[in-house]
Amino acid sequence: MTDLTKLTLAAALDGLKNKQFSAREITQAFVSAIEGARVLNAFVVETPEKALAMADASDAKLAKGTGGKLEGAPLGIKDLYCTKGVRTTACSGILGEFTPTYESTVTQNLWDQGAVMLGKLNMDEFAMGSSNETSKFGNVINPWRREGDNQSLTPGGSSGGSAASVAADLCLAATASDTGGSIRQPAAFTGTVGIKPTYGRASRYGMVAFASSLDQAGPIAKTVEDSAILLDVMCSHDAKDSTSLDVETPDWRGAVTQGVKGMRIGIPKEYRMDGMSEEIDALWEQGIAWLKAAGAEIVDISLPHTKYALPAYYIVAPAEASSNLARYDGMRYGARVEGNNLTQTYEGTRASGFGKEVQRRLLIGTYVLSSGYYDAYYLRAQKVRTKILNDFVEAFESCDAVLTPTCPSPAFAFGEKSGDPVEMYLNDVFTVTANLAGLPGISVPAGLSKNGLPLGLQVIGKALDEAACFRVGGELERAAGFVAKPGRWW
Amino acid sequence: MTTRTPYVLKGETGDWEVVMGLEIHAQVASNAKLFSGASTAFGADPNCNVSLVDAAMPGMLPVINCKCVEQAVRTGLGLKAEINLYSRFDRKNYFYPDLPQGYQISQFAHPIVGEGEIDVDVEPAHGGEAYSFPCRIERLHLEQDAGKSIHDMDPNSTYVDLNRSGVALMEIVSKPDVRSPAEAAAYVKKIRAIVIALGTCDGDMEKGNLRADVNVSVCRPGQYEKFRETGDFSHLGTRCELKNMNSFRFIQQAIEYEARRQIEIIEGGGTVDQETRLFDADKGETRSMRSKEDAHDYRYFPDPDLLPLEIEQAWIDEIKASLPELPDQKRARFESEYGISHYDAGVLIADAEKAEYFEAVAKGRDAKLAANWVTQELFGYLNKEGLELADSPVSAEALGGLIALISDETISGKIAKDVFARMIAGEGEAAAIVEKHGLKQVTDTGAIEKVVDEIIAANPEQVERVKEKPQTLGWFVGQVMKASGGKANPKAVNEILKAKLGV
Repeated sequence: MTDLTKLTLAAALDGLKNKQFSAREITQAFVSAIEGARVLNAFVVETPEKALAMADASDAKLAKGTGGKLEGAPLGIKDLYCTKGVRTTACSGILGEFTPTYESTVTQNLWDQGAVMLGKLNMDEFAMGSSNETSKFGNVINPWRREGDNQSLTPGGSSGGSAASVAADLCLAATASDTGGSIRQPAAFTGTVGIKPTYGRASRYGMVAFASSLDQAGPIAKTVEDSAILLDVMCSHDAKDSTSLDVETPDWRGAVTQGVKGMRIGIPKEYRMDGMSEEIDALWEQGIAWLKAAGAEIVDISLPHTKYALPAYYIVAPAEASSNLARYDGMRYGARVEGNNLTQTYEGTRASGFGKEVQRRLLIGTYVLSSGYYDAYYLRAQKVRTKILNDFVEAFESCDAVLTPTCPSPAFAFGEKSGDPVEMYLNDVFTVTANLAGLPGISVPAGLSKNGLPLGLQVIGKALDEAACFRVGGELERAAGFVAKPGRWW
Repeated sequence: MTTRTPYVLKGETGDWEVVMGLEIHAQVASNAKLFSGASTAFGADPNCNVSLVDAAMPGMLPVINCKCVEQAVRTGLGLKAEINLYSRFDRKNYFYPDLPQGYQISQFAHPIVGEGEIDVDVEPAHGGEAYSFPCRIERLHLEQDAGKSIHDMDPNSTYVDLNRSGVALMEIVSKPDVRSPAEAAAYVKKIRAIVIALGTCDGDMEKGNLRADVNVSVCRPGQYEKFRETGDFSHLGTRCELKNMNSFRFIQQAIEYEARRQIEIIEGGGTVDQETRLFDADKGETRSMRSKEDAHDYRYFPDPDLLPLEIEQAWIDEIKASLPELPDQKRARFESEYGISHYDAGVLIADAEKAEYFEAVAKGRDAKLAANWVTQELFGYLNKEGLELADSPVSAEALGGLIALISDETISGKIAKDVFARMIAGEGEAAAIVEKHGLKQVTDTGAIEKVVDEIIAANPEQVERVKEKPQTLGWFVGQVMKASGGKANPKAVNEILKAKLGV
């Protein structure tokens, strides 16, 4: 029998439906794979009993032919999603052993369609980080290594556990979330596909909030098609989230194979940044050539406010976070450090519960919202945000999708950038614009760096036009023929 | 109606006036909270009306309760205020254990209701005639209430009850148009009457469902007029905010104390510090709660979990069409329809229950008489006994029956008071009491003439005297009434006496 863990989600769903193997069999295969890969530190909670029980329930449905869209498919869940009865901490100390009594809408959608939960995936604390180094449970290790080098690399962040577990075949696919690039950057670092849909496509109900106006759920998967299958189930209109959009979900899976003939692909000149590595530049050129060869028209576009995106992002996101994370005060749930009075209890709880990066962002956020600084920082950042959105609206008059690199570099080693927060923040330079403008963006593995690490290309679509991301992403995937997998060293 | 005269406080260095603006927090009458489905019912066990949203569990999101928005619009219309088609919710950030989210969702920059105006009816506490003044409304916005911290259950701990956490409040802010303690109390009364009439707040001040913060400052005569001309606040004194007042009496006491305190400071060469103060009802004084220096930086910003609140004019029009009769409209109608005085109408419309009671009594009867009986006899009795109208031993129907007996001259007004006392004592309906005790008025002139003749015959000296001094006729009236046991029709007695005595 083939190794079930190596299947794509699409192939596994076919196999389950056709009874080539049972949900219990494939689930057991993943449970064993996870046990054997603990050195990667991808899972912070493993739920094998729950997984097998869910698999048995799926097998019963599959036997009756009443299975859902994801019946029997074992998935990993980012620890940001509240899961009923399963510890959820967003990998922060401040949530202690918090175990929700409720289920997030996105994960509920998955269970409703028969998915099987393997456990909770590691991430940067409260999704604040680009290397998974801020997790309370320690960093995830990227299954990829540089050729001829045993140094551990970061899987990216914040959805590092999601990306690593998909790349290492520890689950068929995983949920992730993206506030400034947290789906797309780790996908690029691990040779996986990740898509952040249009803001409002997926409900935020039950997702531990980082920055409400930027946070968006999405999948990390092995192929573009798999990401389309999973995104379709994750998205829904939800009355419990006021920013959730009441829109239909089109046939995204069909869009993957539709091709790009006749599409106009915009190439933004502002994304050619100084100091960008040659291999990233070359990859981008290669992507352009592939799409041209497939019948797309290449259009030069300008997104003039791009250079202000990162500073604006690092004002808006911390500002919202400083307010969103105020609820972690040790009063009702989570960790608490008792002091002699209320102020001491607050200070002790928050000083020991939050890690350094979270504290840094809470301080920045508190500062930029303070009276006297609000206009200069927060209000100005919001204005920049509008300008960035307008840049895209204008650009989309002459193109149907935008092609850019996902990240300025391949995966880096631990400690390489964590000493300098600003250098770390630069990782998000190509991805934050989609969050600020609320647009869908997909990262697709398109090649390997000189030292054998995966590199990703990003496609940004118009609002609600995820289909364009899937069309272009599918074309890039076919053209690249990316099949490389990390050699198993764990 | 008299005109408004300034409320003047005498200081050592001259006269002073007070200027006030009020912020009223009125709990929105709704079954569910502003952003969650949890119940707003009063009196539940602690922490029983708390949803995951109210407790600020991770990943929980607010969803606006449309009923609360409708109530705010309705109230705005009742205040004759501008309704904003676009409004927005902001977060007001501060830490406190009874504020689970770490922020209060409020409307800071864009309230749902803009400027309006109401007429306030004042009955000065220290005598003087009643008058009205216009008070401008600055804004009304929606916001969440916090939970309740309970400090006295345990010497070492504070307990928190989140039942109120997230309950919808309307904050109604007036312009600084209020000029005396009596006016401040009258303003709160008027707002209360309006929200009760509209059904947008139950107005229960004891439960804290309606409470007022009063901003008080003092200035020299003439300064306020300069402020009104220019809009420049520098003409006014530094204000202090008196927090959470929930009794009309305390509002007036606190303002009087606070104005005096400020005058003493200024006259002593000091300056008033802008601060928040609490009224201590036991000591009858205000004390500092927090000064401007340790005021929070609330870091207001638009709540990213909520979309801006955009409403349509057609919906506002729909609500407008469904508005009930407001206190001012009702007062005008009472004056014109029942012909009662402005003052009586004011007393009767003070709350919907009283007005309804009066209308039931007056229906098809002498309305002026009904107004007198309701406001004087009934309310007088209830006040004396400390009873609410709902606890009245005499129903509107029963009181109406008594008034009918007065109108058709079955009994006199004097006898009616006796009958009323018996009704209160539970002796039954007026007609039955009159029947049982034989209190029916004697209108039979023959019977009255007989009594009159007897009294004239027995008192020749008085007869001589009345011819010189006709005003002593009253003595004969009294004698006849006494002899008839009060049952003789006073009008008939007068006429017969006059005829027989030739006066």
